[in-house]
Amino acid sequence: MKKKSKLSSVYLVLVFLILYAPIFYLMFYSFNSGGTMYHFEGFTLDWYRELFEDTRLLIIVLNTVIIALLSAVISTILGVAGALAIYYARRRRVKNTLLSLNNVLIVSPDVIIGASFLILFTIIGIKLGFVSVLLAHIAFSVPIVVIMVLPKIEEMSTSMIYAALDLGASRWDVLTKVILPYITPGIFAGFFMALTYSLDDFAVTFFVTGNGFTTLSVEIYSLARRGVSLNINALSTLLFVFTMMLVVGYYFITKRNNRPNGLGVKQ
Amino acid sequence: MKSNSRNLYLIPYIIWIGLFVVTPILLVLYYSFFDIEGHFTIDNYKKFFTPVYLKMIFNSFWYAFLITLFSLIIAYPTAYLLTKTKHKQLWLLLIILPSWINLLLKAYAFIGIFGTYGAANSFLEVMGIGSKQLLFTDFSFIFVSVYIFLPFMILPIFNALDELNPSLIDASNDLGASPWTTFRRVIFPLTLDGVKSGCQVVFIPALSLFMLTRLIAGNRVITLGTAIEQHFLVTQDWGMGSTIAVFLIIAMVLIMVLTGKRKRGIL
Repeated sequence: MKKKSKLSSVYLVLVFLILYAPIFYLMFYSFNSGGTMYHFEGFTLDWYRELFEDTRLLIIVLNTVIIALLSAVISTILGVAGALAIYYARRRRVKNTLLSLNNVLIVSPDVIIGASFLILFTIIGIKLGFVSVLLAHIAFSVPIVVIMVLPKIEEMSTSMIYAALDLGASRWDVLTKVILPYITPGIFAGFFMALTYSLDDFAVTFFVTGNGFTTLSVEIYSLARRGVSLNINALSTLLFVFTMMLVVGYYFITKRNNRPNGLGVKQ
Repeated sequence: MKSNSRNLYLIPYIIWIGLFVVTPILLVLYYSFFDIEGHFTIDNYKKFFTPVYLKMIFNSFWYAFLITLFSLIIAYPTAYLLTKTKHKQLWLLLIILPSWINLLLKAYAFIGIFGTYGAANSFLEVMGIGSKQLLFTDFSFIFVSVYIFLPFMILPIFNALDELNPSLIDASNDLGASPWTTFRRVIFPLTLDGVKSGCQVVFIPALSLFMLTRLIAGNRVITLGTAIEQHFLVTQDWGMGSTIAVFLIIAMVLIMVLTGKRKRGIL
């Protein structure tokens, strides 16, 4: 038995090693003064300095963040409305239809979403660039927000709504003073998911972005196609740190999500 | 509840569904009947069933199958051993963490690792095998894909194993079943749903990832996703691209029907 558990820990450690090795390999060589990803000459921060002096890249980072924040905010609003629409749909068939339509974009491969949106924007006449990328990001983030918010609404007891109505609350009051405070953790979780999906997306953006506008993922792709350049290593180290911060933030939000129900309602 | 309040939430949500879910799919279907000059035709479908395209489809499915198979072979024991660890939720989080890092950066790391002088070749030298051309081969493509999809395969299997009632295993042992029989007759059948959803999460994106084939396989591997990207963005033959997209959508629906309901997508 002892030998067996040793073997299993070796296996687990090996999987962890393989999962993390490439990431740390990348980060390690971002400090290489040699300029290649195989021979470590000496420690340097030159690549980071170069990164911060590259105004074009900084603009791209800014674009990416603006797109992510805007699309997350708008898709959260739409997603909450969608979750409420599904919740209030009384007929079972309507509910199921809405839910399946909601999930179409979640299960579709990115290439299909990208290609079909490209056709859509071209036909409507939206110029490819900031607006098309923003619309695309909103579009694929909405169903994720719905999925995150809906369980929270469904676990809410309907008697709370009836109680509020009996006590003379208007529909607007019910929404802002009863429902929204209750589902706030779900809304935050949805917002964070939308944010990370937008920051992470490559394929859809690649299809609907024009010549003038790029996000970070698209830029990394075109840089990586040209071969190794340690700028990308420095960039990925920074992105890694940033991603970790987001994950930790998300972790705490979902932890709050799991609190006993009563605590979710604010005064 | 009065019905007029429900309609208000439905309005933005229905607009979103109409514009970004229903319309794009119809547009892809519509465009698949037009050739590059804009004439209505079913030539695209005729072209699709020629040996060139059929071979590509076969290859695409074969690679996706291999990627799914290897992910499953590595992921199942990992998930199983994870459920046996003490702080399993924490370990699970650590396994999932790499999946939050931008896919392109991970692919880029492998360009360095599999490069002519990269870590993988140094390792082969030390082992006495000698350096080999690793980048731009089928091996590197499958390896990197499995690396990227591994967390998505582990998660549903872990959840299924975690929900498994341990007294069933005790009962099986008490009744004299060998560990292998217990696994084959009790554990595996009861976690089949997790395996199925894991396969779904891996197989569908594996059909359509075009950036990996471009960066790692160097145009040697052409998947359905690569072909769609090629037709839409390089040759501008949207009709043919749409035809392949229609086929990919049909394949996706078939896979989902075959493997049951998918709970939540990741990519």
